[in-house]
Amino acid sequence: MTNAVRLSMQGISKAFGGVKALRDVSVDASAGEVLALVGENGAGKSTLLKILSGAYVPDSGSMSIDGEPVRFTSPHDAHSAGVRVIYQEPEIVPHVSVAENIYIGDLPRRGPLLDRKALKENVRADLDRYGFGSALNPDALGSDLSPAQRQLVEILRALIRRVRVIAFDEPTSSLSDVEVDALFRLITRLREDGITVLYVSHRLPEIFRIADRVTVLRDGATVGTKSIADTDDDDLVSMMVGRNLTGMFERSRHEVGDVVLSVSNVVNDDVHDVSFDVRAGEVLGIAGLVGAGRSELAHALVGDEQIHSGSVTVGGKAVRLRSPRDAMSAGIGFVPEERKAQALLMDRSVRDNITLAVLDNISKVGVVDRGKERRVARDFVRRLNVRTPTIEALVANLSGGNQQKVVLARWMARRPRVLILDEPTRGVDVGAKAEIYHVINELAADGLAIVVISSELPEILALADRIVVMQAGAVTGELSRRDASEEAILALAMKDDLATAAGGRA
Amino acid sequence: MTSMTKSTTPHTSPSTADQRVGGGRRVLDMIGVQNLSLIAALAILVAIIGIKNSNFFLVSNIQTIGTTVAIVGVLAVIQTVVMLIGGLDISVGSAAGLTSVISAMVFTSTHSAGVGILAALGVGIAAGAFNGVVIIYGRVNAVIATLATYAGYRGLANLISDGRAQGYTGTDSVFVFIARGAILGIPTLIWILVVIALLAHLLLRYTGVGRNLYAMGGNPTASRLAGINLNRYVLGCYVAAGVIAALAGIMLTARTGSGQPTSGSQGLELQSITAAALGGVSLRGGKGGIAGTILAVLLLGVLENGLTILEVNSFWQDIAQGFLLVVAVVIQQRRKGVRAIGLP
Repeated sequence: MTNAVRLSMQGISKAFGGVKALRDVSVDASAGEVLALVGENGAGKSTLLKILSGAYVPDSGSMSIDGEPVRFTSPHDAHSAGVRVIYQEPEIVPHVSVAENIYIGDLPRRGPLLDRKALKENVRADLDRYGFGSALNPDALGSDLSPAQRQLVEILRALIRRVRVIAFDEPTSSLSDVEVDALFRLITRLREDGITVLYVSHRLPEIFRIADRVTVLRDGATVGTKSIADTDDDDLVSMMVGRNLTGMFERSRHEVGDVVLSVSNVVNDDVHDVSFDVRAGEVLGIAGLVGAGRSELAHALVGDEQIHSGSVTVGGKAVRLRSPRDAMSAGIGFVPEERKAQALLMDRSVRDNITLAVLDNISKVGVVDRGKERRVARDFVRRLNVRTPTIEALVANLSGGNQQKVVLARWMARRPRVLILDEPTRGVDVGAKAEIYHVINELAADGLAIVVISSELPEILALADRIVVMQAGAVTGELSRRDASEEAILALAMKDDLATAAGGRA
Repeated sequence: MTSMTKSTTPHTSPSTADQRVGGGRRVLDMIGVQNLSLIAALAILVAIIGIKNSNFFLVSNIQTIGTTVAIVGVLAVIQTVVMLIGGLDISVGSAAGLTSVISAMVFTSTHSAGVGILAALGVGIAAGAFNGVVIIYGRVNAVIATLATYAGYRGLANLISDGRAQGYTGTDSVFVFIARGAILGIPTLIWILVVIALLAHLLLRYTGVGRNLYAMGGNPTASRLAGINLNRYVLGCYVAAGVIAALAGIMLTARTGSGQPTSGSQGLELQSITAAALGGVSLRGGKGGIAGTILAVLLLGVLENGLTILEVNSFWQDIAQGFLLVVAVVIQQRRKGVRAIGLP
């Protein structure tokens, strides 16, 4: 298609408290074109979308639509200019019908009253026009909609008004295959109608299926734009990471020491009769599907959830775990699954976050020794290569990977004997991931007993010396590093299902 | 008080790594935007009132302002601490009334100011502990819990005092010293505020306890997982609020010469919350400091004094106060970037 440029974003930069999220990013898209935006987590995709949607105002740069300069300072501005961003979880009014949700803001009226009949007819017509008559019931309540239907409502909200640019933010992450097909049919149709579609995703197969061109972002800058015919998976990945991914992480192996953490027959609300040992210098992986009780086990081991029966010993000494404080005193450190909700003080500095668990060690008669505190913080910022302008920067302004390093630093500063890591690299970009793996490796070499819970099988396989697999709160098997493979882990993770249903992997 | 305005945002102390930040910027960071605007507002207010009536600048008037803000000031300081952990204490005014009555009545029957003061402090501890226990073990929202005791403590004060002023402390040397005494030419009441504010400031800024208070206000889950005993801190904060309320009650007794169940303490909860919010303490907890609160207390004190001097109907003062609370919270929300309600 050789249409004129519809959307042009030139030289966009945006910084959050010294952290540059976007540096001189330029994106162009024509009418009737699907432009994919790819990049690792933290590459700046979401920031760019938020600027497009008017949620953020860029520090510099210019935008134009159909050659006309525009400046969005609120989502409303973007809507008036015909720009819509469809987020993964659109805002839906739960207690009103789909029809009202779609027409919210300009409901048809007869005098002062809502014209229900006209509303229903309009929505019917819209749904049929876009081929969603069977997917969405206009009378259903907002609260009853699936994620896919919510997106659909948001898309229809856009389509009933004059729309020129639609951007999708990781639209397929919560959709089933059938729904993905329907979405792609819709996108094809939007393209035929001459609408510009921006498609943000990290799923490369989808991009090759739907996009005309692809723009790659890395570390907040544009790496390049390619026509989809001129590129392939490997090419895009190397543009995204800036290096080839061939050298997969390999841990150094060494002799393990005595048993440090011993868990026997632990039972609580979600965990049944779990036993395992972890030795000094050893990394134990805990694998399983979502809901297998892995996080619940971790919370029990750090005193955050009550253990009904069974025992836990650290260094041969039985410990009573009534609160996280007890676990800390026993030498257990814990990096939880959700760093924002469970670990970080977002409004506080990197320094405050790193030293939170060691304040008693760096205080004299209750008064924090600021010099010591800064030394500790700087030391770990350097050791873990936390990318922050200063130790006083707010944690909220760091990228996911650097935030995770801050959480890791908090517990390393505590010098625990056992470190439990729940999904240590979730939402972390590839670069930071490798750095975190190296840190785990070093900590194990220093003689820590480490437990890694992860849903990513390659991660477990790369890190663990031994792997315990759980299903429905119980251990279904243990694999040595030699015997472990993705297939073997999955077979154990779905042991019960496989026993009842015929067939192999899901 | 000027010494405190310099140290407001506890997370922006200069470090060697910050050296590329310019000097002007550093001063701004240290004072904080919030406090700077409070200082500006205070200066403008003083200028306006001063131009209209130069009596405002009389030493006696400045002292009046100082002694008037002392009682609400100590309560605003402790309200700041309670709000930092994400709580709220609506019962401070009622508890002050209750302890005021207790101090005067115990003084009357024992003829000892010391015993009266100790009794008031004891009742304050009990009142605060009750709040804390209800909030922690009853799992009751702090607003509801202290709203209930706001009514309860007030009722109790009226019950034991029969709804009337009790005792006469105007001849006792201790109470007279609290009410009208001075050290180094500065009234005792002001000293009490300065000491309490300074203690709270040092606690929040320099101690591990202070850090933990900020941490649990910012993210309770993270704080628990980092080994902080949340219950102990919550209980401690409400007990401290009870003690300070008792102190305010004693100051009230001394100033009026008798135990007052409601007069003088009514509205102190609103004033203390307004001052803390205006001073930049986040209603969600985890953000703010004593310096901002003290500036806000001064602002409110000057405003009240100015309205009186300029002979504005006193009902306007209530309206102004309510309005300021709304403004303070709106500013907070705006600064936090909270979107207006509704669909994007």
